[in-house]
Amino acid sequence: MEKFNLKTLQAFRAGEKKKFKNKEVQDLTTILVGMGTCGKAAGAAETLRAFSDLVKKSGFKNIEIKQTGCMGSCYAEPTVEVWSPGMPDTLYGRVTPAVAGRIMETHVMQKQLLSDYVYDKPAIDILE
Amino acid sequence: MVHKKFIIVCGGESCSGKSSLQIYDNINKELVAGGFRDEIQVVKGGCLGFCGEGPLVKIIPDETLYVGVKSGDAEEIVNSHIKKGKEVSRLLYDRKKSTRNVRLPGTDFYQKQFRIILRNCGVIDPENINEYIARDGYTGLEKALFEMTPDDIIEELKVSGLRGRGGAGFPTWMKWDFTKKENSDVKYIVCNADEGDPGAYMNRSTIEGDPHSIIEAMIIGGYTVGANEGYIYIRAEYPIAIQRLEMAIQKARNYGLLGKDILGSSFDFDIELRLGAGAYVCGEETALLASIEGSRGMPRPRPPFPATKGLWGKPTVINNTETWANIPVILTKGGKWFASIGTETSKGTKVFALTGKVNNSGLVEVPLGTTLREVIFDIGGGIKDGKKFKAAQSGGPSGGVIPEEYLDVPIDFESLKKLGAIMGSGGLIIMDEDDCMIDIAKFYMQFAVDESCGKCSPCRIGGKQLLETLELISKGKGNMEHMTSLKRISEAMQKASLCGLGQNTPNPVLSTMKYFEDEYIEHIKDKKCHSGSCKSLLSYVIDPEKCIGCGLCAMKCPVNCISGEKRKPYTINQIECIKCGSCYEVCKFSAVIME
Repeated sequence: MEKFNLKTLQAFRAGEKKKFKNKEVQDLTTILVGMGTCGKAAGAAETLRAFSDLVKKSGFKNIEIKQTGCMGSCYAEPTVEVWSPGMPDTLYGRVTPAVAGRIMETHVMQKQLLSDYVYDKPAIDILE
Repeated sequence: MVHKKFIIVCGGESCSGKSSLQIYDNINKELVAGGFRDEIQVVKGGCLGFCGEGPLVKIIPDETLYVGVKSGDAEEIVNSHIKKGKEVSRLLYDRKKSTRNVRLPGTDFYQKQFRIILRNCGVIDPENINEYIARDGYTGLEKALFEMTPDDIIEELKVSGLRGRGGAGFPTWMKWDFTKKENSDVKYIVCNADEGDPGAYMNRSTIEGDPHSIIEAMIIGGYTVGANEGYIYIRAEYPIAIQRLEMAIQKARNYGLLGKDILGSSFDFDIELRLGAGAYVCGEETALLASIEGSRGMPRPRPPFPATKGLWGKPTVINNTETWANIPVILTKGGKWFASIGTETSKGTKVFALTGKVNNSGLVEVPLGTTLREVIFDIGGGIKDGKKFKAAQSGGPSGGVIPEEYLDVPIDFESLKKLGAIMGSGGLIIMDEDDCMIDIAKFYMQFAVDESCGKCSPCRIGGKQLLETLELISKGKGNMEHMTSLKRISEAMQKASLCGLGQNTPNPVLSTMKYFEDEYIEHIKDKKCHSGSCKSLLSYVIDPEKCIGCGLCAMKCPVNCISGEKRKPYTINQIECIKCGSCYEVCKFSAVIME
């Protein structure tokens, strides 16, 4: 690809900003699975696969499954964050493949929080 | 059905024990009675931290945190907060009660953590450069290349007050300034990601979660001091971090963010990875540089410091991963903003890997000036199984222990040093009443003996002597003169060792001796270890009152030293006992006692 200069990078960033975490405008649900070494050791890869399979099987549109780094809550791995339109950004802990199914059903479809697995987000986002 | 508000009732162990489930039920009933079922959902959450103040109820998106809630408070919470939109002030967490003397920009509700270094960890896909860019990634670099001179950048760092996060806390701007002022055709930038402290994983998580922040920072560093090449020295034991860094470097090259003529600025910079060979001492900067050069990783005396004579004899800026991760934010948000966080002498935040006997172990980033108590009890949720806190070990093998009476000291570079521990890279291991301090000192000494490079004798011989003395004490063969010799050897090592590793090796011994002298004396004079860690000082005996004479212990004993008649109390032959603890574990009647 062509290399960026100052102008093209800034234009590119403006475009990417519109795409990133803009759940209401895009009507998009994002499921982030913490895939650091700690998460993977606790089974995050299976959780990620479970989410992907569920999305494929159900034919949901407007949903993306992504990997991310460590969320810091080692005691509650695997950890997953869900950004869904009309819902507060939510951190879930101890998300096994079975819990993944319940998150899809309760949080994504019914727009309710899934009891027992909600954890507190540790900090505000300094970039928002 | 879309809920407008959510009420989270903490379902953590501590809160559940204080009837938080009853609170959950009552709030649910009140919501139904008030006709709010369609707008408000109440859920049980995992541990919200902050266990000392429980039971906790949090309302989002309002970010209201109620503490010390009782089941009878449900009605008022629903009536006042939900119905009238008025917070129940008597249940609000009183921010003034917090001992923290730190200011946080832009927050008016209670925040346990503040994330600068980990800003993107858990938010972006680390393998997708576009997401980093979307989150203002590489704007710091743009600013540096097109709006600032190298002197402006150093001035900004000076204003920010950023100090090296590798442990010693040297002002970063000064390091950069030394290198910048050197007259040399070639200069280098190095990132130290050779994280080796036991229990520490801050750097690994930072790189795994946000590799571009390091790359961006190193390019800025190169532009500032006039270097065109950078090296990241990373542990070979971090395969995911290495893979993501390699990917990130390749993508940055494709985008023209690394390589020739970066963003059309005519500045060239590129980065190479060097994998560590697994030696702890390679985290020491001169040993690390030797290792990059292909030599054996051994420290050399300083001065000359790497800033003037570093990699291949050329001026080199070497900073810790965490220090680098701060740089892009300091440029985009300004040094002043950064300096508004933290204490007088220590600005910004620090990432800790909180492990050990704490309920909520994890990666924690807090403003400097936060107290240990807040980290361990408000964020870490207190000690496991309701045990008593004994000490926190900070700074790894070079650090020391901090006992309970200093839990309220604000954490910064100076305060920890005064206590005989160090900030170190950020490993924070929590110990409870079951941990023996002599055992802990022994563990770190064994580590230091294994990892000493052997070049200088104070470290090579001193560490071994300290370890052997500690072993004597833990076996009940110590005498009071050993205390004096531990101290004497430690002081000699501090003065005469070549590098930071040897100079700091005695810290675990000195700090445990300082704060837990009683425990040393107990081992030496009474030949006892009350935590039961020092096996040689233990004896297992059978309580004849409790023993029913089932004979299970005698059956399990690997050395056949337990004898007796069925249905009569058994006895253990103390001379033959090897103290394996098998009898203690199998006895169903708690008749085997540790003494």
